[in-house]
Amino acid sequence: MDEGTLLTELRMAVSDTLTRADGVLALRADHGGAVPHLFKPGNDLSDLITEPRYPMAMILDTLGDAWPEARLGVAARGCDERALIELAKRNQVNLDQVEIIGFACSAEQATECRCAKPYPDSLVVGEAAEGVTEDPRLAELDVMSVEERFAFWSAQYEKCLKCYGCRNFCPVCYCPICALESELWVETGLLAPPFPSYHLVKAMHMVGRCIACRECENTCPADIPLTTVYAALHRDTAELFGYVAGRSVDERPPLLLSLSGTMED
Amino acid sequence: MEYKNVLTVCPYCGAGCTLYLQVLDGKVIGVLPAKQHVISEGALCIKGWNAAAFVHHEDRVTQPMARRNGRLEPIRWDEALDLVAGRLAETRQAHGPDAIGFLASAKVTNEENYLFQKFARAVIGTNNVDHCARL
Repeated sequence: MDEGTLLTELRMAVSDTLTRADGVLALRADHGGAVPHLFKPGNDLSDLITEPRYPMAMILDTLGDAWPEARLGVAARGCDERALIELAKRNQVNLDQVEIIGFACSAEQATECRCAKPYPDSLVVGEAAEGVTEDPRLAELDVMSVEERFAFWSAQYEKCLKCYGCRNFCPVCYCPICALESELWVETGLLAPPFPSYHLVKAMHMVGRCIACRECENTCPADIPLTTVYAALHRDTAELFGYVAGRSVDERPPLLLSLSGTMED
Repeated sequence: MEYKNVLTVCPYCGAGCTLYLQVLDGKVIGVLPAKQHVISEGALCIKGWNAAAFVHHEDRVTQPMARRNGRLEPIRWDEALDLVAGRLAETRQAHGPDAIGFLASAKVTNEENYLFQKFARAVIGTNNVDHCARL
């Protein structure tokens, strides 16, 4: 489906949702780019576009917190839907109040994002393209020795400015008290942050959570291939627990423990 | 129920990254990077990510105040202007123009900074003009 047709159909779908919902979160053309915007019933939708994309689930989380009674629609890609599913599992988003207006990414977009599933389950607009089955960056690292991999990551993480962009832009990072801001885990006053505390603490928190949207990598000013480590963890999580982040609301994250009856006082 | 994003330039360094201020029901709640910006390319530094923190900050001065008896007390604008003008004139008279230093700001407009340094140089007569980013 060409971009023009996709946009026309998406705008029609949003217009339809606006007959039921209080608003729809989608991208609006702005100064040569796009920004997340809440379209309301009666608004002109001619400047509703789909690129460059932003982490919509993160913003929907914010809007849902501000207006818990509101019924909101969201124009969502595959990754947006996956993020919403992970947020819903952790009680951050109430999916009963959300209407997902899913649209498909093109094969080119899927390749650029190295995306395994470039379409949402709630697909309303566009045709599902084939995803990338194996992350090529992970394949490159797999053939390295442990020493080579250590050297690779040491060099990459050394570029870090500690801007917190990867944390700020991650749709599944919602904790108001963040481990990455704790002196205990990430020593302050040092740039680059001491290896490997910042990045591996973040990676640990991405287990069962990262939905491979690539927003962290895209916003990293130092071009660190952050999600390559998360992809390795994703692979291990699937193998060890049969769990895939963002696949279903009913799948319980493997690292969420129920303390009652499992630990001794 | 209003949510929109407003493009602006980061008030900190000279790189001039543009960013979006997230505005929820009339209040600035955070920022988003501007993905289309040719300089920043959708990235921000830690200052940029926190650029909106001062907008609604509780510590922002919202009225003129004077320190009296060790405490800051709100005063009227005309009283404040008289106080400042008087003390600047006194200091300049007693100790010379270079006894006064001027600290400009990245969070005001270019026009306001221009007036500020013009006041320092042409009215007070000192070159002691510096900038908050150098602190």
